[in-house]
Amino acid sequence: MGAAEKLVQWDPTDIKAELIKKYPPKVARKRAKQIMINEALENGTPEITANVRTIPGIITMRGCTYAGCKGVIMGPTRDIVNLVHGPIGCSFYAWLTRRNQTDPGPEGPDGENFMNYCFSTDMQDQDIIFGGEKKLATAIQEAYDLFHPKSIAIFATCPVGLIGDDIHTVSRQMKEKFGDCNVYAFSCEGYKGVSQSAGHHIANNQVFRHIVGENDEPVEGKYKINLLGEYNIGGDGFEIDRVFKKCGITNISTFSGNSTYEQFATAHQADLNAVMCHRSINYVADMLETKFGIPWIKVNFIGAEATAKSLRKIAAYFEDQKLIDKVEAVIAEEMPEVDAAAKDAQDRTKGKTAMMFVGGSRAHHYQELFNELGMKTISAGYEFAHRDDYEGRRVLPFIKLDADSRNIEELEVEADPERYSPRKTEEALKTLEEKGLKFKDYEGLAPDMEDGTLVIDDLNQYEAEKLVELMKPDIFCAGIKEKFSIQKLGVPMKQLHSYDSGGPYAGFKGAINFYKEIDRLVSSKVWSYMKAPWQDNPQLSGTFVWE
Amino acid sequence: MLLRHTPKEISERKALTINPAKTCQPIGAMYAALGIHGCLPHSHGSQGCCAYHRSTLTRHYKEPISAGTSSFTEGASVFGGQANLTQAFNNIFTVYNPDIVAVHTTCLSETIGDDLPQIRKKAITEGKIPEGKYVIGASTPSYVGSHVTGFSNMVKAMTELAEPTGKKNGKVNLIPGWVEPCDMEELKRISKLMGVSTIMFPDTSGVLNSPLTGEYKMFPAGGTTIAELQSTADSTGTLALGEWCSADAARQLDKKYKVPCTVLDMPFGLKATDRFIEALRTLAGVNVPEEIMTERGQLVDLISDMHQYFYNKKVALAGDPDQLIAMTEFLVSIDMCPVHIITGTPGKKFEKRIKEITADMPYEVNVKAKGDFFLLHQWMKNEPVDLLISNTYGKYIARDEDVPFIRWGFPILDRQGHQYFPTVGYKGGLRLLEKILTVLLDRKDRDDPETKFELVL
Ligand code: SF4
Ligand code: SF4
Repeated sequence: MGAAEKLVQWDPTDIKAELIKKYPPKVARKRAKQIMINEALENGTPEITANVRTIPGIITMRGCTYAGCKGVIMGPTRDIVNLVHGPIGCSFYAWLTRRNQTDPGPEGPDGENFMNYCFSTDMQDQDIIFGGEKKLATAIQEAYDLFHPKSIAIFATCPVGLIGDDIHTVSRQMKEKFGDCNVYAFSCEGYKGVSQSAGHHIANNQVFRHIVGENDEPVEGKYKINLLGEYNIGGDGFEIDRVFKKCGITNISTFSGNSTYEQFATAHQADLNAVMCHRSINYVADMLETKFGIPWIKVNFIGAEATAKSLRKIAAYFEDQKLIDKVEAVIAEEMPEVDAAAKDAQDRTKGKTAMMFVGGSRAHHYQELFNELGMKTISAGYEFAHRDDYEGRRVLPFIKLDADSRNIEELEVEADPERYSPRKTEEALKTLEEKGLKFKDYEGLAPDMEDGTLVIDDLNQYEAEKLVELMKPDIFCAGIKEKFSIQKLGVPMKQLHSYDSGGPYAGFKGAINFYKEIDRLVSSKVWSYMKAPWQDNPQLSGTFVWE
Repeated sequence: MLLRHTPKEISERKALTINPAKTCQPIGAMYAALGIHGCLPHSHGSQGCCAYHRSTLTRHYKEPISAGTSSFTEGASVFGGQANLTQAFNNIFTVYNPDIVAVHTTCLSETIGDDLPQIRKKAITEGKIPEGKYVIGASTPSYVGSHVTGFSNMVKAMTELAEPTGKKNGKVNLIPGWVEPCDMEELKRISKLMGVSTIMFPDTSGVLNSPLTGEYKMFPAGGTTIAELQSTADSTGTLALGEWCSADAARQLDKKYKVPCTVLDMPFGLKATDRFIEALRTLAGVNVPEEIMTERGQLVDLISDMHQYFYNKKVALAGDPDQLIAMTEFLVSIDMCPVHIITGTPGKKFEKRIKEITADMPYEVNVKAKGDFFLLHQWMKNEPVDLLISNTYGKYIARDEDVPFIRWGFPILDRQGHQYFPTVGYKGGLRLLEKILTVLLDRKDRDDPETKFELVL
């Protein structure tokens, strides 16, 4: 069956109706607002409801605040001891499961790396009854005595918030006691907020409050940037760093893939922040600008074209012909191999369709890679985005704060009296903007998707299955929980949170990997084996006689 | 070195767990609940726990794991989760239409003191549970016990469905404990060969090793049916495999319905399987068939053929109590030397059992319940071993210490086969030995000098 044939079979309004048909009325009403038929309207996109509570009993793809804080943001930093205060499970499940790779680099094989370890206070019932502060203090002491790390981070899980353990005071006291180890805590109990998103915010706040700006020792380099919202899953960050290096761009700190404590501590010395996953890290970008005067731009290193475009943006910002030329030279050098790989894959991928339901920006970024394969995204959405991730930053003033968002702390950040220095004058920024470089801006997913595609927030298992049945995409992208139910339907499923294997998919080399991977998935013979030969023709029409 | 910061010197830790050899109760409850036909497990708490448990089970079984959650946010955490759970029931029965929902608590709902039985009762009396549908519940706070405890609690909760009719059904209840779907299949095969008719619960075979056909079934064909669970009160007796995983449920049936129970070790290895067969034989009053005798003889044959490679080899083990007890006994019975053994699940009984099993060994075994992989690693640094057997997390230690490694237990995240090839029974014993031999002989082939590299081993 050709792709074109499939596309004419459905109408987005019917699909939407089909998705919510089975729900109780209240649920149907709520879900209807989170399912948007994309129309390219004159003044922007239609409105979608996002960042609202998950409906109890509806099998959601979402995780919790703790997962966003410890799992996503703090997990990839190698030399911080991440100690989870709570019963054992939460720490266990976040133990090496996100495929964040790390490379101690110049520190050599003996460099500090605590990422392979899982630390927990393993609270017992007496700790829940009598409080766990003492146990926490002892655990911090034991971690310090064993490892002498630069820094220990404490994470609170659900029961800790409920019994009222004051993890911040314990951390401060231990920090004072040690003198040479920065100890701080994250109140990232799972029940706060409606998804991982709250945890990102909490992580951003504490990293900014406790680490960023701690080290003023100058960092060498001509074009200094930070890369925000890149987590080095499957080695994505390695590839981006390779390209930066080739261009002569100094990446002071990645938040937080393949990162170290020192990198965060010196991040305020960058001249530009390049933001990849906006959802998970935008708070740090804004705070770095307010406090230190570093502007930020949105970039995307997923897709070869996107990578080239992002490099050009960075070069344009520095307004140095040498860098601009170098970036062009690098792109020219890298692209032939990419083009050849895309061309090869396109024979099999062109005209095929994809669906993507991932995190807070990957469902957007990866569309670029699929475009390069000649594949169309017919439906996409996020697990824990906010409206601006769909509709663009211009809707920020119109987003109403609800109780769940209100209980996440907003840091009051002011310009640093000594260290604030605007990297560009107002005029310079304006001139750059006129040339097309947009600061503090992004358009969101919806404008990039075609008319009549379906944009769905907080997709759940039931809708995923229905969507696949009705629209029969050639590939579906989501996380591990969704993988096998989709594949049972005979549709290949590619994990894009933590990948299932493989990567990197970022940058030029990553694009090549991705083309090969998608080609493999959509071309695999296995999908043709669902039916046994005799099932096509169940009635025996003749008899065989052995003679 | 991946675990380069682990020092050889062992210092006492009072509060810090490093690299745990256990996880939390609800994941065990979720796995057990999947062994009921038409059952949707439901996690009463915030959705993060549920997401983690589903992810980890998915990674291990490579199958879809469906489960609902009460999706607590701050409000529910303050005011209690009753409204969320009642709403969840309504949505679940409308959208997914399971035969039964198996609810378990999490740290959150336990800490705020949600009274699960009361919420459930209220939902039933208020007609929130549709006619002909069932809800069972287990309390599974993670600050008590481990994933094993959670499994046991949910299996015990299954006995709530038991309904004595006063007429015996002539069957034996078989509680397999936390083993793989294929192990449950194998136990059923053995029982059938023995001519014993059983009700096995939970039974994840057919649920967590279902075929790829182009069709997705949220409730696959396998699993113990509700009718079977109801009938457990009429059985001749119960065989519970594993003190930690299965005994509570069996004792409950004994206490409430006078179904006599026998608690056995999980049938891993020769001796534990012998005892299992013996128990089936006496319970049902049958003779052991020739096929079983052949399988047993084959296992003994392999042990004798390859004894030279097992003899006196030192082994380190990490895992869950029921599995470790049987495995330790197996290793001892083939003249291997289990020297370091840890489980994360608390229980002094475990240490005692291991000491008994290894009492005749000419050395003192290191054994610890409430241990962790960090301690195991330190022990291994102090007294190196020839083989490590544990879940996937052991691979970091195995690589650092250059020790042959077998994945066995839960979770296995990086290999296949555990869902399909059983390790229980005599045939399972054959497979375990094959795995042990393969890694030991692969190592020999790698390390022997060229003069010693030989075709025939
Ligand atoms: S909060 Fe409790 S139940 Fe949830 S994952 Fe953590 S330990 Fe397990
Ligand atoms: S891309 Fe998605 S999953 Fe990854 S950090 Fe951003 S929001 Fe999270």
